[in-house]
Amino acid sequence: MKIVIINYGAGNIQSIKFAIQRLGYTAVLSDDPEEIKSADKVIFPGVGEASSAMKMLNASGLQTLIPELKQPVLGICLGMQLMCNKSEEGNTTGLGIFDVDVVRFSKNVKVPQIGWNQITSLKSGLFDKVDDKEHIYLVHSFYAPLCDETIATSEYDVAYSAALKKDNFYGVQFHPEKSSEVGAQILKNFLSLESN
Amino acid sequence: MLAKRIVPCLDIKDGRTVKGVNFVDLRDAGDPVELAEIYSKEGADELVFLDISATEQKRKTLADLVYRVAEKINIPFTVGGGISSVEDVDVLLQNGADKVSINSSAVKNPKLINDLVAKFGSQCIVVAIDAKQIEGEWIVHLVGGKVPTERKLFEWAKEVEERGAGEILFTSMDHDGTKDGFANEALAKLSQELNIPIIASGGAGKVVHFTDTFKEGKADAALAASVFHFKEIGIGDLKKELQEEGIPVRI
Repeated sequence: MKIVIINYGAGNIQSIKFAIQRLGYTAVLSDDPEEIKSADKVIFPGVGEASSAMKMLNASGLQTLIPELKQPVLGICLGMQLMCNKSEEGNTTGLGIFDVDVVRFSKNVKVPQIGWNQITSLKSGLFDKVDDKEHIYLVHSFYAPLCDETIATSEYDVAYSAALKKDNFYGVQFHPEKSSEVGAQILKNFLSLESN
Repeated sequence: MLAKRIVPCLDIKDGRTVKGVNFVDLRDAGDPVELAEIYSKEGADELVFLDISATEQKRKTLADLVYRVAEKINIPFTVGGGISSVEDVDVLLQNGADKVSINSSAVKNPKLINDLVAKFGSQCIVVAIDAKQIEGEWIVHLVGGKVPTERKLFEWAKEVEERGAGEILFTSMDHDGTKDGFANEALAKLSQELNIPIIASGGAGKVVHFTDTFKEGKADAALAASVFHFKEIGIGDLKKELQEEGIPVRI
């Protein structure tokens, strides 16, 4: 199986690479459109600030390629947020894959949310063998509200999307690579999805 | 619900753990990776590696260690100790650290916080603050609490937040090593005045100290070293007791 992690300069991808390695696979880092297109599974990472990450993505020319991919794609954290319509952070236009706008947590809670929160209302094969209310690790100041594409819910100040899915596109707000055994199971489930 | 975090801290010198550890099942008690794996399996929510070596080889040794930890460990970890530049942080994050913690370098050059946040984002920048009370006033100290500064704890913490740090690790030098409980009053005041997570450090000795720091100290996470290293408190047992006290934890 060929797994490609999109390398566009945004953030720490070493941990994702290691997490995949622990599952017995090897992931390649790449910004080459042909290499990404030929992958069985594509991972779209991202940490940091939305507008600068989007700038890097646009500079790499991958902003048009990603929405056209046909194989399973997993956006992680900021990667998921960039797959949405837009983000309040830096007033950023996203890839428009998920039909939802990313907004900031209110001042009722400490921001960023850092730590282990629970996921509920799990709705996809991505969560096979994952129990309701399992804990996953998150670090974020912005979130995607609940919408038709929500496949997992978490709660911090409000109920929001911990994961989204549309066709072959998956996005998780949490870090599966840092979410212990639960995260490893979710990554394993993603890698087991049928590649079209 | 967001869980309260339990964070073992490992002191590192030249790539090895230094504080004595009391794990009979360890093949190599000085290997931080092996210890990290054990804590991770026991249910630690996060780990902190504090590098106290001062050799010229330091940067490379620490980067190698970070790489080896990231390879094995599937929970987040923070690296601190002598980090003073954007380049230092870049190397550690590239090798797989989730967060870095800065202390003296931030006091000496507060703009470093802004520079790091601009380049890497708030989420991975922890500012550690060591303080102790002098004539009733909490004063920020450097060099492990030995050198007092002009700065007052609450003002400095507020400035750290405004400069964009994602989290504060507050160690009370008055409580550190006493095993008599955390500085809950000061912690609660930090939580009240700031809107970023606060990690409590210094003073853990018994399970009830953790309960108190979450309830009275309003801490988001609690860090400890020797009580875990010497197995005075098991992380699994600690979390069970916290849960019984109605504190949200990940079990």
